[in-house]
Amino acid sequence: MAEILAQVARIEGLAMITIRADLTRAGDALAEATGLPIPGPTGITTDGVRSLGWMSPDELLLILPQADKAQAMQSLDQALTGEHALVADMSDARAVFDVTGPRADDVIAKLAPVDLPRLAPGTLRRSRAAQTAAAFWRIPGGLRVIGFRSTADYLGLILSEAARPGTGLAPR
Amino acid sequence: MLILTCPYCGVQAEETELHPGGEAHLKRVGPDGSDEDFEAYLFARKNPKGVHFERWRHAYGCGKWFLAARCTASLQVFGTYKAQNPYPPAEIVDAIRAHRPDWQPDWTVQHAQAESPAE
Ligand SMILES: [Zn+2]
Repeated sequence: MAEILAQVARIEGLAMITIRADLTRAGDALAEATGLPIPGPTGITTDGVRSLGWMSPDELLLILPQADKAQAMQSLDQALTGEHALVADMSDARAVFDVTGPRADDVIAKLAPVDLPRLAPGTLRRSRAAQTAAAFWRIPGGLRVIGFRSTADYLGLILSEAARPGTGLAPR
Repeated sequence: MLILTCPYCGVQAEETELHPGGEAHLKRVGPDGSDEDFEAYLFARKNPKGVHFERWRHAYGCGKWFLAARCTASLQVFGTYKAQNPYPPAEIVDAIRAHRPDWQPDWTVQHAQAESPAE
């Protein structure tokens, strides 16, 4: 019996804060408040605990442990004083899955119209997984996938199905 | 399969990641316009066989609306550009002319220069 292509694990305990602002004006203040460099377009920066992803020209996503959320919300609100900006706690709207294993790329490649070999580390790719919106980036050993909590059951199911034993891509 | 590069995030988005928005560069007809002009603004659309300018939204991505120049007959894509441009920018026109030497823009250069594109 062949091995599954990758382990699919639901990750709990991560908070997500959406930041909307003029990043050229507020970039320095945001970098200081988040403790991370501001990522360039489609980038994601991390210190191993927190990550800061580029979502659109005026939107960032801060991902961090739930325990650090309240403090981070406060620092961000302070950093954006006087700016036309938004800091919103999106933690309950999202679901997180880690897809890890030597053939994790195959799992994602089956579900998203994305050229996985060209997905460099430090890139956050917003796309879709089959019929639901998702974003993913490389982590040690595989990829982290985020989607909407409202479609989390579906997302978990299609990820597990795509990882079924013996269904790897490009066997040669 | 149609692939358009989003000018806001640089992602080469495949058609299923995008949402079509119809003809680009429509100008709203306000309360001062005639009934005929308003009707045309609402309903009359170009339907060329050849070069066409379209609105697309990077729906499964950064979420921004952008504009694309492509050929409705061959599906060749000449380029994409930001929605803040009131008219297709010069590099798009050049890209079209490189493949369709006889093609003529249907907007005037004075207009294009008067309303310089914002960021
Ligand atoms: Zn985009």
